[in-house]
This record gives sequence, structure tokens and C-alpha cells, in this order.
Amino acid sequence: MSEYILQMKNISKSFPGVKALDQVNLNIRPGTVHALMGENGAGKSTLMKCLFGIYKMDEGEIIFNGENVNITNTADALSKGIAMVQQEQSPILDRSIAENIFLGRFPTKKIGPIEIIDHNKLYSETDKLLKKVNMDFNSKVKLSSLSVSQMQSVEIAKAVSADAKLVIMDEPTSSLTENEVEGLFDIINSLRDNGVSIIYISHKMEEILQISDEVSIMRDGTYVGTWPAKELTTDLIIKKMVGRELTNRFPPKENAPGDVVLEIKDFSSIDPKSFKNVSFNLREGEILGIGGLVGAQRTELMEAIFGIRHTVSGKVIYKGEEIKIKRPRDAIVKGIALLTEDRRATGIFGVLSVADNVGIASLDNYLDHKIVINNKELEKVVSENIKKMSIKTPSSKTQIKSLSGGNQQKVIIGRWLANNPDILILDEPTRGIDVGAKYEIYTIIEELAQQGKSIIMISSEMPELIGMSDRIMVMCEGKVSGFVEGEEATQENIMSLATKFM
Amino acid sequence: METKKIKDFLANNAIILLLFILVLYVGVTQDGFFSMTNFFNIASNVSPRFIIALGVSGTLITKGTDLSAGRLVGLGGVLSCTLLQRADYTAKFFPNLPEIPIIIVLLGVVLLTGFFGFLNGTVISYLNVPPFLTTLGMQTIVYGINLVYSGATPLGGLRKDYTQIASAGIKIPGISELIKYLLIIAVIVGLFFWFLYNKTRHGKYMYAIGGNENAAEVSGVNTVAAKLRIYTLAGVMYGFAGFLLAAKSGGASVNLGLGYELEAIAACTIGGVSTTGGIGTVPGILIGVLVFELLKTCMQFLSIDTSWQYIVQGLVIIIAVALDIRKYTAKK
Repeated sequence: MSEYILQMKNISKSFPGVKALDQVNLNIRPGTVHALMGENGAGKSTLMKCLFGIYKMDEGEIIFNGENVNITNTADALSKGIAMVQQEQSPILDRSIAENIFLGRFPTKKIGPIEIIDHNKLYSETDKLLKKVNMDFNSKVKLSSLSVSQMQSVEIAKAVSADAKLVIMDEPTSSLTENEVEGLFDIINSLRDNGVSIIYISHKMEEILQISDEVSIMRDGTYVGTWPAKELTTDLIIKKMVGRELTNRFPPKENAPGDVVLEIKDFSSIDPKSFKNVSFNLREGEILGIGGLVGAQRTELMEAIFGIRHTVSGKVIYKGEEIKIKRPRDAIVKGIALLTEDRRATGIFGVLSVADNVGIASLDNYLDHKIVINNKELEKVVSENIKKMSIKTPSSKTQIKSLSGGNQQKVIIGRWLANNPDILILDEPTRGIDVGAKYEIYTIIEELAQQGKSIIMISSEMPELIGMSDRIMVMCEGKVSGFVEGEEATQENIMSLATKFM
Repeated sequence: METKKIKDFLANNAIILLLFILVLYVGVTQDGFFSMTNFFNIASNVSPRFIIALGVSGTLITKGTDLSAGRLVGLGGVLSCTLLQRADYTAKFFPNLPEIPIIIVLLGVVLLTGFFGFLNGTVISYLNVPPFLTTLGMQTIVYGINLVYSGATPLGGLRKDYTQIASAGIKIPGISELIKYLLIIAVIVGLFFWFLYNKTRHGKYMYAIGGNENAAEVSGVNTVAAKLRIYTLAGVMYGFAGFLLAAKSGGASVNLGLGYELEAIAACTIGGVSTTGGIGTVPGILIGVLVFELLKTCMQFLSIDTSWQYIVQGLVIIIAVALDIRKYTAKK
């Protein structure tokens, strides 16, 4: 047995116009948790996709379990003992846990010459697996009745069921609450104790330092190095990731909140389990942070204000006048913008160009004779935004789906800025975005506030909430549990408000 | 790298290249294929089909479809014929009908078929019935209405000023054949759609809805209104095409347009309109329609049995779509 379970040597991969991986190395020891870090676009996902057989690498070799392997598809990877828990899961919601786990390799039995599915074995095997990942659930339960974190546990159970020696986890905690993260870590620890190696991709420094044994860092498609987690600190990791020192994580606050521009009064959702009797004010040039745990109904509230969701009560008073917002267009016309939480589902138009993605919400501003779109004018605004937001894209005609997550996010922020809104609602604006891009987005938010724009920012990252907000409204179980002034905010007082009604 | 590029080019344009070779072969071996007469003949056949395909294209780009196209073409043709017969024609459908100006009849026809398109759009956007089922139901309803209205009578004896739309044209010095009005109309409709798709908000909204309908709504696109416009315009185009087809063949029956929706959808897909939404261009649609029509003409010139022609057409659709999808999947 060699020292490593997996060795990836000099892996290179090019896409048209970019070298995504350049002679990258990665060595994983058996029974360890190995964090893979790097900014968005550093090539982490590409490297993992090469390993998992989704992409074909141009150069390099992979030695797994002492053998030189050539993995050409995901089934191949699974059969060799490599499993992946994807960042975006794709469960079959209307089928049972058992069917989701054993899809494609159901246990069978023979009745005479006919092979049929062995349901008893299917459910008993599933029950065993669920126990392994600390899940107390009937294996016949439909996936649709589970929470996001429970579904993820199912995904992990699936990975374990294939007798994986190596499990890749891509941003597994991005949609989990803190309690759920602890649960995930228990599962990871028990996997490690059973000799399974884990490649753990995440942007969250605290998590990485807590869970991993070793950390490998990538930058711009190259391999920077590997260090024991004990020798690293958050600052050191950031320095190695961006290749420079990041002294300030947040831009200096120089905005000055003025008069109230927006009053939300008594907003209640049509869904009795969602938000209830929410009222708050927003000032000109203010950054209002919205804190709370996942499930506090923050997103639902903002989407209702923006006209995506239905309410049974609630008034919006904007610049002293009551306005009715029945659909997003009504809000946009008034100068309100919403950057949604789920970029893929409600943000990007994957097959359309960067230019079209920027322009879509503000086409009314570039009309000749009220009908013809002035493409030159539009193109000008698009290229200004690409420059201002430092969006990395080969051209404005590139399909947005080929950009990295952080760049996609900047494109969508650019979409709203092109519309010159007075109020910008940002729902988790830096989720899944690397440190460098985060700082750029913070700077943009701060600049907008200085120009007198009002910002509402939902964030589940405490440092971000505290570092950016003038005031923080905390929600718990659909209700407002309190407000905290920016300078008085601490993780502790926000957390106690966030769990007030629990 | 170079050989890969050439291979990709060949694969991505295989259907068009094969067709080009077929056209060359037929042109060299068969008399009359490379002639002005044949060229304008093909152009006349392509024109109404191009208009139908343009109508369908908007529904396809927004991830929908429209199976009622063919039957609405039929209704448009039959309605036009019943209102535009010669006064001295013995089997006149409405014996006492006075001579109505053609433009009024055309407006009436497209209003009616546009209304059915509007109904499609309403059911799809307000009741959330999938487009496939909505338009399948509409297809049957429209056929039934056409049967009730015409009693399945074959209609002929059309007024000359009506049939001339398809047969007459403009004489251009140096060209022996007339440039048919039919062809000119198709070019104008094509230009209109190009403008609509590339230069207006409606076009951008259409591509956005096809790309991600939820994101479009969040970006302030009135997706309901956009889909209503798309399906209504599609209905208008079918009625218009039916009006032209009846003029071209000098008559119509309830079976006019049978299966045209499938031909139009196939042509769009061959021309690069993506079945997963958000992609498709007017020049692409024109190429798709041309590929189909040229293939048919070539086979006729080679005197291939019509039964076999169907088999070949079906194969071409499947191969074309398979090659097209390869373009998108190969990039991963």
C-alpha cells in the first residue's frame, strides 16, 4: 500500500480560449479529509470533474489505489470506488429514499428465469445505510418530504453505498444551517474513521480548518501547494489563494443613511408557515442586513415584496406613497431590484450571451422610436458593466453558462445596475463566490450606498452581515425578532435573536 | 487540432453538405433541375412553408410547441376559398355572396386563426396546460370546426385576382421567369421576423423565456403577455399561409395543411432551433425549410417512389436533430 490513495500528476485541461488546468498535482492520503481550496475559476471543479470522468483531461495521469487508472465516465469512477456529492443535487423528488440511493443498481432476485427487484433487500440495505449517516428515517419515505440537509445525507448515503474509498464533496454546506453542518461533520468523521478519504471543497475557512487534515490550494488553474491544516490560518489560506495579502475583508464604511425611502408594513404570507406581520423601514443610502437561520423566511419575504410571492396582508410605502407590486415588473419600474438567491433557477439565462443577460431588465432604456432596440447603446452599457465589475469573460457574446459562478453573479448584479435602481435587494450576494470576488462585490455595494442607493442584504454569513450593514434586522420562524445597530452587532446578539422563537 | 476542426465542421454541417452533394448529383444527371423554372418552383413551395415555420419558431424557442399549425392552415385556406369564389362558379359555397375585397377576407382569416392562437396562449399561460397538450387539443377542435363549417366540400372556382397572388409576379429584365408575389411576400415576412427577433424587446424576451422562464419573470418580463403574443402571431401566420396555399393550388379542402405542423417543427429543428429553448435564428429556419424542400425535389427528380420518400424524410429529421444536439453536448 502506497502512502497515497489517490495521486493526480501533472493534470492539464484546456477549453476553447482558456487553460483551465495547468500541470496540477493532488495527493490524497487514505482515511483523511483533504480540503481543496481556491478562488472561483481556480480550477477545483474542473479538476474534480476530470477525476470523476465528467471531463476528459488533456494531459496527466491518475493513480488510484496503486493502479494507473483511466476514468472515462461517472459509472467507471463509481465502480472504482470514487463517489461525488454534487454541489447542486439532483434527487428524484417523487421517489423513495431507497429508490434514489439504489437507482441504476437495484438488488434483484430471480423467480425462475425472470429477474425482478428484491424490495425487501432494497429497503433493509437502505435502512442500514441511513443508520451509517445518522439518519432516522423510513427508507420508503419520498425525497420530497425531506429538508435540503436530509436530502444531502441521502446523497452521502448513496456515495457510501457504492463502497467508495474516496468521496468528493463539492460545497456540501452551502445550504445548511449550523446545526446541520455539525451533523454533516459527524458523518464525515465516521467515514474517515472507517478509512474513507474525503476531498472537501468549500469557501468557508472556519469549516475547513475545523474538519480537514490537509489543505491543497489552487490558483488560476495551477497547483500552489499542500499543507497540514494545523499549520494554516484563515489569513494564510487567503494569502495563498489570492497570491497577495488581503488586509481588509470589507471596504471602509463611508455611506451616510438619510431619510426613510421604503416602509414595509404588516407583511404576511399566504402560506401560514411563512413570514407573518413583518414591518420595517429602509433609509436612503442605508445598508440593511437581514440575518437569521436558513428557513427564517427571509428570502420568501423579499420575494413577496418584489411581487414573486403572494401575501394576505401588507403595504409598501415608497417615497411617501403607497405602491402596489403585483409582479416583478411593477417593482422594477419603481426602481427596485432583486438579486435572487438561486442564481441558476431564477438568475441566469444559461444559453444566452453575457450581453443579453445584462440587458434583459433594462431594454426599455435603449429604444429608438419606442420599438427598435439600439444595440450599439446597449452594447456600450454592457461593456461598461463588464469593465466596472471586472467580469472575466472572453467576450460579451459568450454564453453565460461557461463563466464561473462568481462571474455569473457579477453579470446579474450588472443587469440590475444597468437599470439604475434606487433600492437594491440582494439575497445572499456572495454565496459560492471566492474571496477576491467577494471583496469586489462588497465594494460595489458600499459605493452604491454612498451614492444614496438603499440596500437590503440577506446574508447567512455573520462576518459579512456585521462587516457591511448599518443596521441588521434579524428574523426567526417568519417573524422579526429584533433589530441590531451595525456597530453594536456581534455574532452572539444576532444568534440569540435568530433563535428567539425556537 | 486542424483535423479536429475539419471533422467538427463536417459533422456540424453534415446534412447541408450531403444535401449539397445530392443537389449537385441530381443537377448534373437530371435535365431541368438546374433551371430557372425549377428554382422558382422550389421557391414557390418553400414560401408558405417558411411562413408556417416562422410562426412555429416562437413557440419552440420558448420551450413550447404548436401542433395546431397544420389544421389552422387548413381552416385559413378553406375560409379564404369559401369567400373568394368566382360569381359564375356553379358549385359556389355561398351562392349569393357578393365580391368581397381580398384584403378584407385576408384580415378576417388571420383574425380568426390569430384568435385560435390567442386561445392556445391563454390556456398555456393562465391554466398552465403544457403546450403539447393544449395545441393537440386545439388541433382536433379546429379540424372539427372546419368540418362543421365546410361540410367537407372540396372548394374550387377561385377568383382570378385571388389566385394571381400565387401565380403572378413582377417581371425583372434579364430573368425569364416572373418573381412571384408569393416569393416576395415570404421574403417580407422573413424580414419582419428577423427584425422582431433581433431588434425588439419582444424578441429578447422570447429568447429569455426560452432560456429561463423564472429568471425572465424576475427580470421584469411579462411572460404571460409575451407568450400570448407568440401564440397569437403564430396563429396569424398559419392563417396567412393557408390563404396563400389555397391561392397557389387554386382550391382547398378540409385536409389542406395536414401534417404541416410536424414538417415545420422538423424544419425549425434542422435549422438549429433548439428543442431545449432559447436558441434559433430566422436564417437558420430558412435553411431548415430549404433542406426539406430540396430533398423532396431531388427525390422527385430521381423518380424515387413516394413511399420511400417518407422513409428518407423521417431519417433526415432524426439524423439532423442528432447531429444538432451533438453540437451542444460535445462542448462539455
